[in-house]
Amino acid sequence: MGMTMTQKILAQHAGLESVRAGQLIEAKLDLCLGNDITTPVAINEFEKAGFTDVFDKHRIAIVLDHFTPNKDIKSATQCKQCRTFARRFDIDRFFDTGTVGVEHALLPEQGIVAPGEAIIGADSHTCTYGALGAFSTGVGSTDLGAAMAVGKTWFKVPAAIKVVLKGKKKPYVSGKDVILTLIGMIGVDGARYESLEFTGPGVAEMTIYDRLTICNMAIEAGAKNGIFPVDDITRAYVSGRVDRPWTAFEADPDAEYERTVEIDLDQVDCTVAYPHLPENTHPAREGKDIAIDQIVIGSCTNGQLPDMAAAAAVLKGRHLAPGVRGIVIPATMQVYRACMREGYTDIFLDAGCIVSPPTCGPCLGGHMGCMAAGERCVSTTNRNFVGRMGHTESEVYLASPAVAAASGIAGHIAHPEEV
Amino acid sequence: MNAQGKVHKYGDHIDTDVIIPARHLATQDPKELAAHCMEDIDKDFIKNVHEGDIMVAGVNFGCGSSREHAPIAIKAAGISCVIAANFARIFYRNAINIGLAILECPEASAGISAGDEVKVDFDTGVITDLTSGKTWQAEPFPPFIKDMITKGGLMASLRAKEA
Repeated sequence: MGMTMTQKILAQHAGLESVRAGQLIEAKLDLCLGNDITTPVAINEFEKAGFTDVFDKHRIAIVLDHFTPNKDIKSATQCKQCRTFARRFDIDRFFDTGTVGVEHALLPEQGIVAPGEAIIGADSHTCTYGALGAFSTGVGSTDLGAAMAVGKTWFKVPAAIKVVLKGKKKPYVSGKDVILTLIGMIGVDGARYESLEFTGPGVAEMTIYDRLTICNMAIEAGAKNGIFPVDDITRAYVSGRVDRPWTAFEADPDAEYERTVEIDLDQVDCTVAYPHLPENTHPAREGKDIAIDQIVIGSCTNGQLPDMAAAAAVLKGRHLAPGVRGIVIPATMQVYRACMREGYTDIFLDAGCIVSPPTCGPCLGGHMGCMAAGERCVSTTNRNFVGRMGHTESEVYLASPAVAAASGIAGHIAHPEEV
Repeated sequence: MNAQGKVHKYGDHIDTDVIIPARHLATQDPKELAAHCMEDIDKDFIKNVHEGDIMVAGVNFGCGSSREHAPIAIKAAGISCVIAANFARIFYRNAINIGLAILECPEASAGISAGDEVKVDFDTGVITDLTSGKTWQAEPFPPFIKDMITKGGLMASLRAKEA
């Protein structure tokens, strides 16, 4: 029996000819990742266990992106602990204020992740790198602490759901709408413990940034990972970024899938996930009655340059509705600089938005845009759980940058064609 | 090994943001994390919970963020075992890694009521509701996981291997 793309990558990293769904394996890791919330706990575990060295100082990334620039003394203390650890072991993929970006936008941009690699990160959205044809998944801090010491970890080989994309994207439709549509179809536990393997003629319709957004939110369907095949779009993106050899894995023609889900892109329109689960999806055109107080455009899901471009295209020459606050967060310093160069920053400022330095901040109710009771936000982030962006009685509506921008102008949920 | 205590019951898709809200993640102190455990959906949980109590929930328990602070907070609040219909995968790993007992049992998850006195036998996987008198059989851990738990969690089992 053949293997899925994920299974092939795992087999190779476990030094096995083949693996099957459900098998427990130990796999070598090409990279392990932590942020300023999860790394401190990993360092404690690493030190408590008595480890005195890391497995490879080039294969650990520490990204201080969540509560930075530090929101309070406690978060500053956590960052200091990460900084001390990074210096002690001369970790070269250490990103601090000035170089830091939101981790899952930063690592692909900097060529730190590549097709065919096996990556874990103590952050649930580590599954983003499947966009490049890598196996990557989120773990906890103890797993990270162990991986930093030994460079490998255990996995249960996942079964897979085959997601066949076909048709053509409509105007304003992006990867965000595709993944929200999929989560709406299969539910927040629809792919629990499984891989989401994307395939079909519609893959060519998906830019690398669409793919990054789609794989980023695989976890919101409970998936272990999401993964796209490696094609010319992938090669064009990694060329000039990744300077080491990498491997393009392909699913076997006779690979076994638990089930197949088909998405006809012609039928996908701008989609919004209402509180309090990402599966609670509705068409953006039906949101007129939902007045909003804030928009957030950014995050590991939608903080890349094309996301900024999509928001700027809608906001150009317009202004936020009275009473709506607009927070735009380019995900990396490169994106931040490009926004200035392309004139997007001026467009955002003219529209009445603020432009924040890279941070995860508001996505998880950390800082830079928490909400009070009764407030509502249309956000390009990835979770709309109770209390996710502040008060438990505040509400987060998940959408694409174009929809968030349109909603900011309208003062209620809106499709970009409506403003 | 057994656990016995009063049940705190919750629904489906209990996410890590409600188990421990991100606004409290600037600390790693288990007691401080426990003080805010479940507060966004049950502000009285931390007042009502007693050492050894049991948490029961529906499907996809622990979905969302990878924060290990979630099982740490539950454990430090005094919960001796979480019984759920099933668990989100990162939470499942984290709970095992930090030594929070968890059991998958859809039937027990449906059959146990809030406030019941429940006993769990970890060796056999038998769950007994002492209030209703009903019993259920939970899914046993795969041998690999059981071995890791026996050795005292991930770090301890790694150290044992290295030695």
